[in-house]
Amino acid sequence: MIGLHHFLMLAAVLFSISVAGIFINRKNLIVLLMCIELMLLAVNFNFIALSRYLGNLDGQVFVFFILTVAAAEAAIGLAILVVLFRSRRTIDVEELDVMKG
Amino acid sequence: MTSIVFWLFAVVLIAAAIGVVTSRNPVYSALYLVLAFFNSAVLWILLEAEFLGITLVLVYVGAVMVLFLFVVMMLDVNVEKLKEGFTRYMPIGVLVAALVVIQIGYVVWHKKMGLELVAEPVAHPKEFSNTEALGEVLYTQYVYPFELAAVILLVAIVAAITLTMRRRPGLKAQDINKQVAADPGSRVRLVSMKAESETLPPKPGGESS
Repeated sequence: MIGLHHFLMLAAVLFSISVAGIFINRKNLIVLLMCIELMLLAVNFNFIALSRYLGNLDGQVFVFFILTVAAAEAAIGLAILVVLFRSRRTIDVEELDVMKG
Repeated sequence: MTSIVFWLFAVVLIAAAIGVVTSRNPVYSALYLVLAFFNSAVLWILLEAEFLGITLVLVYVGAVMVLFLFVVMMLDVNVEKLKEGFTRYMPIGVLVAALVVIQIGYVVWHKKMGLELVAEPVAHPKEFSNTEALGEVLYTQYVYPFELAAVILLVAIVAAITLTMRRRPGLKAQDINKQVAADPGSRVRLVSMKAESETLPPKPGGESS
């Protein structure tokens, strides 16, 4: 039987895979953005599973807003990426050290 | 039946997530991410969040991932060079991921922390509409956040367009301000000159009329 802990565990595994992805793909900004999308998906999973099992619809409303913000974030992130590639001809995170950070 | 659907789609979801993270080509990563979104949509529908499941497919697969694919294919990045540090950061990445899984798993899976006390929810009747229920909450209790979400989307549109727009020199485009501000004095220049008095010589071979 599938319980709440199955869904929470699935979200945890998904989240940790995307954390590992952020560590691994240090050279490619596009894949980093995809990993962030995957993280948001894992968080949404928690919201929806708890909304279902607690019988409260507010979790789904939150997922709705997270989807909105994530879409805006992806659009602006990709726009910045395109501008960056136009000026620097690279999307390597380690070469983006103009600000000496 | 529920557990078969859950395990099938959960396994494919995890495999697709690993594919996103480890594949060498960003195009493959984007396609694996599409697969992951589809599988999550099915799992959300299994949790009776039908509206959000369909929204995930429409918004993410239909819009965001297409945007990702556009950008991936538009930028000609050197894929071999981008993967140089792949093995260098692999151990620390796997270590951190394993730690996260072990810690959350200890709480959620092993100890359960009273999660088994949460009653198995009853399935909604056939007439129940998830979209309607969500809409009732969204347009009453959460109406101001809803308006704010609309403003955020507008800001995203404006920001994305202003960031990526560039004025190439030599482009023939309208400048409305310049057109409106134009006056006759700047467009037509009247030159006073003497009228010519000489007649032109007749063309050779041409007949005079």
